[in-house]
Amino acid sequence: MTSATSRLRVSESDGITRVEFVDRNILDEANIQQIGAEITRIVDSKTSPKVLISFTNVDHLSSAALGTLITINNRVRSKDGQLRLANIDPQIHEVFKITKLDKLFQIHEDTQQALASFK
Amino acid sequence: MTAAFSQRFVLPSRREDIEAATETVLAALDRLGYDKAAVFAVRLSLEEALANAVRHGNKDDARRHVTLLCEIGASEAVLDVQDEGEGFDPGMVPDPTAVENLDIPSGRGLMLIRSFMADVTVHPPGNRITMRYHRA
Repeated sequence: MTSATSRLRVSESDGITRVEFVDRNILDEANIQQIGAEITRIVDSKTSPKVLISFTNVDHLSSAALGTLITINNRVRSKDGQLRLANIDPQIHEVFKITKLDKLFQIHEDTQQALASFK
Repeated sequence: MTAAFSQRFVLPSRREDIEAATETVLAALDRLGYDKAAVFAVRLSLEEALANAVRHGNKDDARRHVTLLCEIGASEAVLDVQDEGEGFDPGMVPDPTAVENLDIPSGRGLMLIRSFMADVTVHPPGNRITMRYHRA
């Protein structure tokens, strides 16, 4: 699932797909589009997908990256799936709060909490 | 403001040129002792302003340029970004934090800039933005 040029690290366990980013900065439009396409492929390959996106080691992200996360969330919801976000740096978490996207996404402090939240 | 760092960049609308200029500005902030939170705020705002200039202003046309003027002093950093586009009316951007707009993927760049910078001016016709960060 993870190719040599992938921007993601993907693993699967107990029906949950865990996704981590290769890049510390998710800013470049082309990379963001690639990330969106890769995660969309994962979501589309499953019925009722359960996806955990971890932001471990991510230092910066742009509003374009937020837009891609929203598109992925819409896609997951349309397939009756569940999306969780975790391990978000405090400064990036502030970005989610300012944009009120902390109301849209289910954000958890760490991987364990996020995994436990899947129904 | 007496600027300890002052530079004018005229950049083609290409990612590598934008990144190089951004790194120069961030290095100057670091050199002048701005803390991690300040660097985060300026980086985010500069990235958003430059991305808007390249994508919406210059329509990703590398022949069109983005002009970045950066002045950093002991107490504030001023960043001015101008593109060669027609501009836009910031009053027409829907509030992305409204419940009905939360799941719309675009339209958050300017609000993030306004949140992280002390003062933001979009100059008519809307193809130039001046952003001021006040050091705590």
